[in-house]
Amino acid sequence: MANLTFIVFCPLVAALVIALLPRTFNVLFRLLALGATFLSLVGAVRVFLALEPGAAGLQFEHRVPWIAALGIGYHVGVDGLNAGLLLMGALVAFAAVCVSREITERQQVYYVLLLLMAGGILGAFVSFDLFLLYVFHELALVPTFILIGLWGRGEDRNFATFQITLYLSLGALIALAGLIALYVQAGADTFNLPELTRRLAAQPLAASAQSVIFGLLLFGFGVLVSLWPFHTWAPTGYAAAPTAAAMLHAGVLKKFGLYGLIRVALPLLPEGARDWANVLAWLALGNILYCGLVAMRQRDLNLLIGNSSVAHMGFAFLGIASLSVVGVTGTVVVMIAHGLLAALSFAVSGYLHQHLRTVNLDQLGGLLRTLPFLGGVMVMAMFAGCGLPGFANFPGEVLTLFGAWPSHPTVVVLAAWGALVIAAVYMLRAARALWHGPLPERWREARDARGAWVRLPFALLLGALVIFGCAPRLLTDQIRPVVARLVKPASKAVAAPALAVATPAIRSTAPPPASQPEVTQ
Amino acid sequence: MSDLVVIGLELAVVLTGMGVLLAELWVSPAQRRRLGQGVALALGLVLLASFAITLEPSRTAFGGMYVLDELALFFKRLFLLAALLVTVIALEFADRFEAGHSEYHALTLFALAGMMFAASAQHFALLFVAVELVTVAFYVLVSFTRRRVTALEAGVKYLILGALASAFLVFGIALVYAATGTLAFEALAGRLETFTGNRLVVAGLLLVGAGLGFKLAVVPFQIWVPDVYQGAPFPTTAFLSVGSKAAGVVLLLRVLFEAAPELTARSGPLLPLLAGLTMGYGVLGAIPQRSLRRLMGYSSIANAGFLLVGVATRTGEGIGAVLFYLAGYVFAVLLVFLVATLVWRGAETDEIPALGGLSRRAPGLAAALTLGAASLAGIPPLAGFMGKFLLIRAAIQGGAENPTLYWLAAITLVAAVVAIYYYFGLVRAVYWGEEVTGAGSVPVSRPARLALVVCAGGVVGLGLFPGLVLGWARQAATGLSF
Repeated sequence: MANLTFIVFCPLVAALVIALLPRTFNVLFRLLALGATFLSLVGAVRVFLALEPGAAGLQFEHRVPWIAALGIGYHVGVDGLNAGLLLMGALVAFAAVCVSREITERQQVYYVLLLLMAGGILGAFVSFDLFLLYVFHELALVPTFILIGLWGRGEDRNFATFQITLYLSLGALIALAGLIALYVQAGADTFNLPELTRRLAAQPLAASAQSVIFGLLLFGFGVLVSLWPFHTWAPTGYAAAPTAAAMLHAGVLKKFGLYGLIRVALPLLPEGARDWANVLAWLALGNILYCGLVAMRQRDLNLLIGNSSVAHMGFAFLGIASLSVVGVTGTVVVMIAHGLLAALSFAVSGYLHQHLRTVNLDQLGGLLRTLPFLGGVMVMAMFAGCGLPGFANFPGEVLTLFGAWPSHPTVVVLAAWGALVIAAVYMLRAARALWHGPLPERWREARDARGAWVRLPFALLLGALVIFGCAPRLLTDQIRPVVARLVKPASKAVAAPALAVATPAIRSTAPPPASQPEVTQ
Repeated sequence: MSDLVVIGLELAVVLTGMGVLLAELWVSPAQRRRLGQGVALALGLVLLASFAITLEPSRTAFGGMYVLDELALFFKRLFLLAALLVTVIALEFADRFEAGHSEYHALTLFALAGMMFAASAQHFALLFVAVELVTVAFYVLVSFTRRRVTALEAGVKYLILGALASAFLVFGIALVYAATGTLAFEALAGRLETFTGNRLVVAGLLLVGAGLGFKLAVVPFQIWVPDVYQGAPFPTTAFLSVGSKAAGVVLLLRVLFEAAPELTARSGPLLPLLAGLTMGYGVLGAIPQRSLRRLMGYSSIANAGFLLVGVATRTGEGIGAVLFYLAGYVFAVLLVFLVATLVWRGAETDEIPALGGLSRRAPGLAAALTLGAASLAGIPPLAGFMGKFLLIRAAIQGGAENPTLYWLAAITLVAAVVAIYYYFGLVRAVYWGEEVTGAGSVPVSRPARLALVVCAGGVVGLGLFPGLVLGWARQAATGLSF
């Protein structure tokens, strides 16, 4: 089962089977969906465990010719960079199907769309053909639209569906233009990533072309990741989405843009990366500070989680902007950690919405008494969100800050303030409003999550957060060698001029963390 | 005699049309439906026969006026397929015609013959005759439901503007002839070098372009489209938006790249400008529409713009992309019209909100409509995406030599995003639009079901496995000179 094609196509085939079943087989739909995502999860775990860290090249590779006339092929594989993401994606997909118990109407359409989305997401993270990567990512577009429209909540969900769809399409199309430009400029007549990498390593593009294409990819992928100031679709979209769609989207799909930047833009366009690094660092600060402040003002739990999730993306961007091994490794850890965290938060919020019919912080309170399990889970998730050590977010955010220090000290100072203070303020205030204080009469009968099946998704996600938080080496040992290879051209491009001007003073005031000697190479 | 063999496909279509007219004398009214099924069957056979034709070497007829080459064959297959599916739509729509079922099928066949001749035109005379054959047949087809005022209005508008376009066309041809003394494309291309600065030739070709622009629905000759689309019966609208447009495309390609390649190469920013304007007009006009046919009318204008992007690149890649895009477009548009015809059987409406609740009443049709709309919107992995991808790729590739194309690619991207908005409006109406009261389940006849499967299969198949058709499209584009 440790076969990538199997992992990706399990949900897709299940979607097809469900679509072809008669409408009355209601029980079977959910079972099939659970089974398919569980198989994917088992496969992803096995791939993650069997991966040899540091081995050159791809593992579990599978290549099939597809559209030879255009240089497009089916090519999947994993290395240290995407094994963790694949695991996280499969875990969130399984959890998302688990929490879909709340859906009672039109289950057939629901599970078909959810599984399509899950398959597309998993496929996007293991594709090594740029075209395939794009197609898998876009597979989620129509399902997202219909899921939010049909099962979404709130009065402005109609607006939210169109906003999220148009924003994501715009971002995706800009990125596509960048990818096509890359393909045309490389002149290799292939969309295959390893081949393009070899080709461009031998004959790099002209600096001006690199800069333009990197800009296209940065803003295209950036919109997909809700880069400030193109982030407004995210909070409203997530607030309107049904729980499972929000989990998959905020948790996994959104990471695709970051993945694209790390996997495609950094190694293939090192000069372009250098040109844009400063801009990116300041925009990332926009995410961290601006969206953090916006999150502080929210009275709706979903909007709060949505804004905080946008704010967290700032750390991921900052890590990329550092163009250093430490920073980018941190970005990948943040991607995985935040995927789990966002899915967990939306799962809890979805549970609250289903049972209390509101997630307005002003109407809730004292719920820890009636909902001890959920309350415990949520408080831990909130601590993780403030970057408390012991949860996977902490190593990720710390690494991005360390990595960015040598190149963007000002931004790091401001970002650290945002991370430590602003996040703590809104998370703790939300925790107080939700779980402490007097319990309104109407919530006395609220039912906590009972039974192993109901608790399973929460336990899985929180467990993964804690495991990777206590032993981040499980991730970093895999990620670092690959990131070192991918970042090398770009960091060279930075290092050469930077070292020429760079004062020994800066380097001595910024002692690199002991375990990361690559920075000062 | 050998000429008749070369035009065998057209002959078969014309004979079928006449056969249908005659057959009505003997067929009882209760059996009329059979007639349409017979037409569909015959078209299917002709389509199959077209694959038996070998083109080594490409053949000509009537002293070189008519050519049967890869490009012609590609379009003939496209027209045959479109007419076949349109006939199935017409079968479903037939209850709404008071009389003249067989005439409707016969006129469709005659229009089809005109399109097929157009695909082979090598001479301005054949071009004009073919265009007139198509247009005159459509004059009747547009106002076929003759008791409805909107249909008559559409018919009159199409008649007046069509006649105007024909006048442009014939005047342009006359000017070209006056200046150069020839009407044959090949001879014209040979002599054009001596006439490059000749204003008469330039004016003549611009007028010809205007006449064809009317067929294609290119700005500024697009005004008629929404009204005519809205008033015409569904099958006619469907045939207008795929067949008539594709005929315009093939004639444009023939004129631009066979009759006047020299002038085309020196046309500067004209084609990119028209492409950009057409896309912009189409997508912006489509946003507020409530009538499905009107929406498809604006979408048809926008798609003419997308097609022109490929033409404007003036490369084999670009033209190949245009042909591929058209193939995907045919399947997607006919899928939408087929579903609409089935859903609104017996209803006078074509308002998009009237699709509300379709996903409960007929989940299969709802999924089919979603597929068609998503393909038109250019969502991977469907045919429409592949087509847009190829067009944008061709534009970016051509940008190295002609930087205007970078701007065109950017406009195409923006237009594609706007297009997503209005096509997804259809999806919204189907899935969570307000439910229409009193609407029951939707019966789907066997031919319609087959046509649905063919269209959906085409939309998905061309998206996932574009290799074969793309190969044909590229092969067809090789005969043109850029």
